[in-house]
This record gives sequence, structure tokens and C-alpha cells, in this order.
Amino acid sequence: MAAALLTAACGDKAQQKDGDQVVLIGQASPLTGPQAHLGKDNENGARMALDEINAAGLTLGGRKVVLEMRSEDDAADPKTATTVAQKLVDEGVVGVIGHLNSGATIPASRIYSSNGIPQISPSATAVAYTAAGYKTAFRVMTNDAQQGSVLGNYAVTRLGAKKIAIIDDRTAYGQGLADEVEKAVKAAGGDVVAREYTSDRSTDFMAILTSIKGKSPDLVFFGGMDPQAAPMIKQMKQLGMKAKFLGGDGAQTPTFIELAGASAEGALASNPGLPLDAMPGGAAFKTRFVARYGTIQNYAPYAYDAMHVLVAAMKRADSSDPAKYLAELPKTDYQGVTGHIRFDAKGDLAGGAVTLYQVKGGTWQPLETVQSGQ
Amino acid sequence: MDIFLQQLINGLVLGSVYALVALGYTMVYGILELINFAHGEITMMGAMVALAVIGALALAAPGLPGVLVLGAGLAVAIPVCVALGLLIERVAYRPLRHAPRLAPLITAIGVSIILQNIAMLIWGKQYIPFPAILPQARHTVYGASITNVQIAILLLATGIMLTLILVVRKTRLGRAMRATAQSRQVASLMGVDVNRVIAATFAIGSALAAVAGVMVSAYYGLAHYYMGFLLGLKAFSAAVLGGIGNLAGAMLGGLLLGLIESFGAGYIGDLTGGFLGSNYQDVFAFFVLITVLVFRPSGLLGVRGGERA
Repeated sequence: MAAALLTAACGDKAQQKDGDQVVLIGQASPLTGPQAHLGKDNENGARMALDEINAAGLTLGGRKVVLEMRSEDDAADPKTATTVAQKLVDEGVVGVIGHLNSGATIPASRIYSSNGIPQISPSATAVAYTAAGYKTAFRVMTNDAQQGSVLGNYAVTRLGAKKIAIIDDRTAYGQGLADEVEKAVKAAGGDVVAREYTSDRSTDFMAILTSIKGKSPDLVFFGGMDPQAAPMIKQMKQLGMKAKFLGGDGAQTPTFIELAGASAEGALASNPGLPLDAMPGGAAFKTRFVARYGTIQNYAPYAYDAMHVLVAAMKRADSSDPAKYLAELPKTDYQGVTGHIRFDAKGDLAGGAVTLYQVKGGTWQPLETVQSGQ
Repeated sequence: MDIFLQQLINGLVLGSVYALVALGYTMVYGILELINFAHGEITMMGAMVALAVIGALALAAPGLPGVLVLGAGLAVAIPVCVALGLLIERVAYRPLRHAPRLAPLITAIGVSIILQNIAMLIWGKQYIPFPAILPQARHTVYGASITNVQIAILLLATGIMLTLILVVRKTRLGRAMRATAQSRQVASLMGVDVNRVIAATFAIGSALAAVAGVMVSAYYGLAHYYMGFLLGLKAFSAAVLGGIGNLAGAMLGGLLLGLIESFGAGYIGDLTGGFLGSNYQDVFAFFVLITVLVFRPSGLLGVRGGERA
């Protein structure tokens, strides 16, 4: 084992084990801290795909190949993410599934890129991840721009809102999402009657809501997280506003309902991707996954698909050499558990799905799923 | 017009909460010339303790009327905050009373961080929902909305402030406080127990903070270990705006700051034709604060070297 690691450190990415070729694949996600349950979920999803591939047998370049996973804890921290990314590269992985958070994925992507290691994130949504232009960066999750454009379009065409007020919390996430919504609303022929701002610390929105109320919008969109979304919808009710409330994935949480109480009823919000039950392979995946690991937290199906997409590219190139199979990744056309996976020129998921939810009877109920770019 | 009235109501409600917290800063400053930066955290502690009591009561006796449950929450939160205020004064400020003025300022910041972390350890990092125990009846006055909770906040805050003014102006304790504020040494020579007066000041300020904390969390429907920081900063600014050390000034400053924020956020976009938006809400509020201080360095009602507390 020590010898194997040594050769790996010297840059030899393929090792021998009982005559079979061992190929290392990295996985990085927060395995400690408040998001550990989500990180472990990603790891389990990736591991399940890897074990299935090994069980089915994999032959590359005429030699039998056994895949092995190297899982690292990035603690959802950008600094730690760069450290573990370098560690994975040094260990000689040929590809990485990860990371989980946008904040960790973005700094790590530079390290993978400069070492030519392909990376597929199952869950990072920030536009900046693929906007850096790295050829090695891919994701199988709908990004924030796609989500924003679906939200804006949905508000005008499906919810019938003509006059729309937009509020954001001035964070990279909230502002980015709100900007995309504004563009999409205008493109769909809607009218943005107010654009207001708050912060991710505020709890008082009475002043901006009063100002918005004076412009009598049909819908209020908020780009931000649940601690602001919940008091905001409460204060809308206090002011007697009839406008619908629409949020992004930051608001589509159980905490939102808990904090807003009865005021949450009827609120709309989106989340990228599909609800598990609506995924093409969701039911079958759920049965297999639950039998092995218990419950599905969130992104396990995406991590599972990401692993399959990575290995499918190796099969097409008939090689596990990153320099060879990287060229095959953009040509991905794969029917996975989460849906049909193809990449656009940036490495984003082409036509990523966004699901709209509404609070009914105190829980989030899926309304419908919309493909972006339609 | 209805929008103007609505912003006026928004501003007055926000302002009366600021005023209640600002009183705590200004009373302590008036007597000790110390800025008690832990005061915002005492407000937070009040909200957290009340929430814990309310949550326990809601489980133990679900049928109780909301006002009673809230009253029980307050009845526990006030003594806890008073005890906390006295403890902080005894442990963190009294030993430093004759130290250079910078030293108690630093311990104040330290106490504030300690309280935040204690709250985080006890109640966690997440936002805690305030149960909907109060009837959310909404009244419409000339097109503007006002809820029961908002009316209660306005009445309660006004009542408390008037009582406080009466206490300071008319009672023996009030006279002792004013005397201590003018000169600690002379007051003690005249037989005033200065330590007792200072402790009483901390106790009253902490009780006000507890009430304000419960008000804020009932109004916005949530509490969080970090909520005292921003509230404390705003209230401190209000106290400075009104003239720190001056009771009426703290009230005036609190109300003004609430109104400025409310009207600023509401009208700044329309007034500048969209050039500046509501993201300049705080900039606007602090611009007013700086302008006032340039022309009246001791605040609106502050008198340099004059009567305090």
C-alpha cells in the first residue's frame, strides 16, 4: 500500500493489483460539520455507482480495471477545499466527483484544471464555477442562472403576474438569482415595478414592502435565504398585501415554513433538479440506495449520475488517462437517474430542470418541473 | 397619503424598540461614562429566555391564552436579564471603575462576545421561531395597516418611557441617580450609596432590554443568537443622535432613527429617480447621524457637561 502511494505520488496514475489495473477516483464533500449529512450522502451516491461499475466489470484498453474511491472532507470550507483538492491530485486520482458547495467547488476547480483532472460537481449551483472557463469543470446540477430564468419566466407566463417586484439580499447568491429573474421577467413581457434591497442580517422589511405595496405588484420575488424570506412573507400579510410570494432554493426549506408559520401558506419557491419521485430512475434508485445506506438526504442521485458520466467518458475513450478521456466528457449523452445529461459549451447541464413548489397544508408540495432554456 | 401614513407607523414601531434599547445605553453612559456594548446581547438574552419559557409552556399547557403565555415569558426574562446585568456590572465593570476609560470599553466588547457564544451553545446557531400565540388581528386606518402587536409595542414602549422619566424626576432613587451622574464623589459625600445607584441603573436598563428583546422577537416572529448585535448598534446610534446620557434624547433619537430608516428606505428610490435604492437605507440613516453630530457634537438634546441621566 505504501509502495502504491509512493508510485502514485510520482505521478504514475495506474497501479497493479492482482493483475488488474487500479484506477483512483476522488470524491470531495463536507464529511464533518453542520453539512456532514449532505456530504456523506454525496459520498454514498458516488460509492454506489462505483461499486455497480466494478461489479459489472470494466475493461479499458484491453485490460481489466478496478475503480477505487478516495473520499476527502472539505468541511464546506473554501480553504480546506483547495488543500484536499491538492491532496487528491497528489494521490493520483484520474477524476473527481465534487465538491458539494459552490464556495468549495470554485477554488478547488482551479487546482483540478491546472493538473488536467476532470471534475464533475453533483450540487454546486453558482454560475461562477463554470464561468471561469476551465475545460475540466462540469456539473450535473441546474445552475443559478438557469433557475433564475425559469423563475422569471414562470412568474409571468404560468402565474400570470404582469407587475413584479424584486427584492434581493445583496449576497452573491441572492443578487445573482434576482438579476436573472429580472432579465427573464422582462424577456417574457412582464413589468418590473420595483427593485428593492435588503441584507442577509435584516428582519425588518416593512419600509420596502410598504413602498412596494404602493406599486401594487401581482408578485413579489425574493432572492435570498429563509431567515429573511420568512419574516418578509409575514410582514406582507401584516400589510395586507395580496401579491404572491416567490423565492428560490434559499427559501424552499422546512425552516421557512417553521419560521413563517401560517403566513407561509401559498408561498411559492423553486429548487434546481427534480423531486426524487419524479426522476426517471428515482423509484428504483431509492429502493437500492435505501437498502444500502438508509435515507437519501438530497444530492445522492446526482453524485451517482456524476460517477456514471465520468466512467462512461472513460469507456468511450477506452482509457482512464485524463488527457485522453477529458475530450470525451463534453460529448456526454447519458440517460441517468436524475434525467438526460448533456453538457453545454461551458460544462453546465444542458436544459437543467427546475422544480416549483408551493406551501400547502404546512409542507412544500411540488407543483411542476420546468426545463430551463425552453 | 396611505403610504406616507404606513411608513409613519412602520417608523414609529421600529423607533420605539430602538428607543427602549437606547435608554439602556444612555442611562449607563450618563452615570459611568461607559458604553456598555453588551447591552444589545442582554436584549438578545431576554428574547431567548422568554422564548424558552413560552415554548415550555406551550408544551405543558397548550390551552393557555397567548397574552398570559407571553406575560409568563416576560416575567422570567426580566429577572434573568436584571440578574445578568448586575452580574456583568459586578464582574466586568466595577473592578475597572478607576482604570483608564479604554479598559472597561474592551471588557464590554468581551462580555458581548461571551454572551453571544453562551447563547449559541445553549440555543444553537439556527433561527428560533416565535410561536404564533398572539392574535394577528389587522386594523386599517386611512388605508394603512396596523396589527395588534404593533399597537401593543407602541403603547407598552410609551408607557415604560413615561414611567422611567417619572422615576428619574420624582423619586429618591431618581434623585440619587441624577446626583451620581453629576459627580460620583460629591454624591457619595452626601450619603448616596453610589454602588447601589449604579447597580440599580444596570438593573433598570437590563429590564428595559428584556422587554425590547421580547417585543422584537414577537414582532418579527424569530430570535437568533446574533440578533442583539445589529439592534444594539442601531440603538447606540440612536442614543448618540439624541445626545448620549440624556433620557429624553435617547427616546427622541430612537424614534427619529426609526422614522429616518423607514422613510429613507421607502422614498429614497423614488426621490432620486432610481439612482439610489433601498440598499442605501443604512447609509442614509448614518448620513443623517453624521450631519447632526457635525452641527451638534453632543447630539440633539445633549448638553455639554450639563445634567445627565
